[in-house]
Amino acid sequence: MVTATALEEELRRLAGSVLDPELPVLTLEDLGVLRAVHVRAEDSVEVELTPTYTGCPAVEAMSMDIERVLHEHGVREVSVVTVLSPAWSTDDISDEGRRKLREFGIAPPRGNRPAGPVSLDLGPTRTATDGPELEPVRCPSCGSAETELLSRFSSTACKALRRCLSCREPFDHFKEL
Amino acid sequence: MTLTVNTAAALALGDDALVLSHRLGEWAGHAPVLEEEVALANIALDLLGQARVLLSMAGDEDELAYLREERAFRNLQLVEQPNGDFAHTIARQLYFSTYQRLLYAHLASGDGEFAPLAAKAVKEVAYHQDHAEQWTLRLGDGTDESRARMNVAVQALWRFTGEMFQPLDGVDVDWDAMQTAWLESVGDVLRRATLTVPEGPRTGAWTAGAGRQGLHTESFGRMLAEMQHLHRSHPGASW
Repeated sequence: MVTATALEEELRRLAGSVLDPELPVLTLEDLGVLRAVHVRAEDSVEVELTPTYTGCPAVEAMSMDIERVLHEHGVREVSVVTVLSPAWSTDDISDEGRRKLREFGIAPPRGNRPAGPVSLDLGPTRTATDGPELEPVRCPSCGSAETELLSRFSSTACKALRRCLSCREPFDHFKEL
Repeated sequence: MTLTVNTAAALALGDDALVLSHRLGEWAGHAPVLEEEVALANIALDLLGQARVLLSMAGDEDELAYLREERAFRNLQLVEQPNGDFAHTIARQLYFSTYQRLLYAHLASGDGEFAPLAAKAVKEVAYHQDHAEQWTLRLGDGTDESRARMNVAVQALWRFTGEMFQPLDGVDVDWDAMQTAWLESVGDVLRRATLTVPEGPRTGAWTAGAGRQGLHTESFGRMLAEMQHLHRSHPGASW
């Protein structure tokens, strides 16, 4: 096990401060997708990045932003490699990241539950209940626990579309993965 | 071209994901409601991500996707079937996502070269299966019209489902056990949806199933023409 040098820690902080291109309130550190920064040789750095979803198109933009930031810091050669294992999970989003998501109007993923879709009872047109064992998804606007699912997929694969039954505001929910 | 065993498996699984991704993408601009259009596009995007990883294990992803002839594709005939009406698309999704979830869960639990991708993709595919299941229930236990259409769809695609369990070199799976689990899972959903569980043959004569050997159904050539024409007409183009 090689411990990170002070330089690697500084470069990691820089790379981690890059904003997610699709959720520009979150940094890559908040999102938990930055896996490692290795100084390979003088002026040559390798960054390990893991995608949220296998097909997430934001990875390319993230890589370019990381390269730009490290170049600006004087690193001549930057290579960003994508690693799949261990698979990213919404549990990797930091508490700070969850707070920022909520403020941005996106209900954060619920923690401490098995990943995957939640079984739901099917209503005539859509579903309102989430089963008794789970904490409810709260409306990011008014905080109400009374919200309903409109669609399992929203503007991106990582989100579901819901609506608050109290304030009637539709909102995105970063679904558990 | 001689392929090593694992390259052949990566190609087969990658082609499944690529071809179904393209079919689902054809719904853009045509889905019954906006939310569903977005859902199908998101599922297509997940599959495209899987295809890129798998095809890159087998060679150059762009060359493999855009420059192979029809007979060089190794995908199941199920995934190349036309979208049909919405019920056909949902039946295809139910059959394939149930298969893919079982297969990836198995691969993820091993330590083979597909384990990292499978461990990641199985979580995404769980949402695809949930989506297909909820729609199957809603259409099957819905109006007379939706129920009739869903019954036609699950029957029509049934003969393409035996092929999924042909052993694939380089993939160490108990295919018979997986088929049993698949029949149980799909049968359970169809019964809860008050649909008729098809009884027609799934293997042997009068069924489909040579996609893994490079034999495809009529509509696949037209799909490939559309998928490949831009790349072939403008080699090396970029923006």
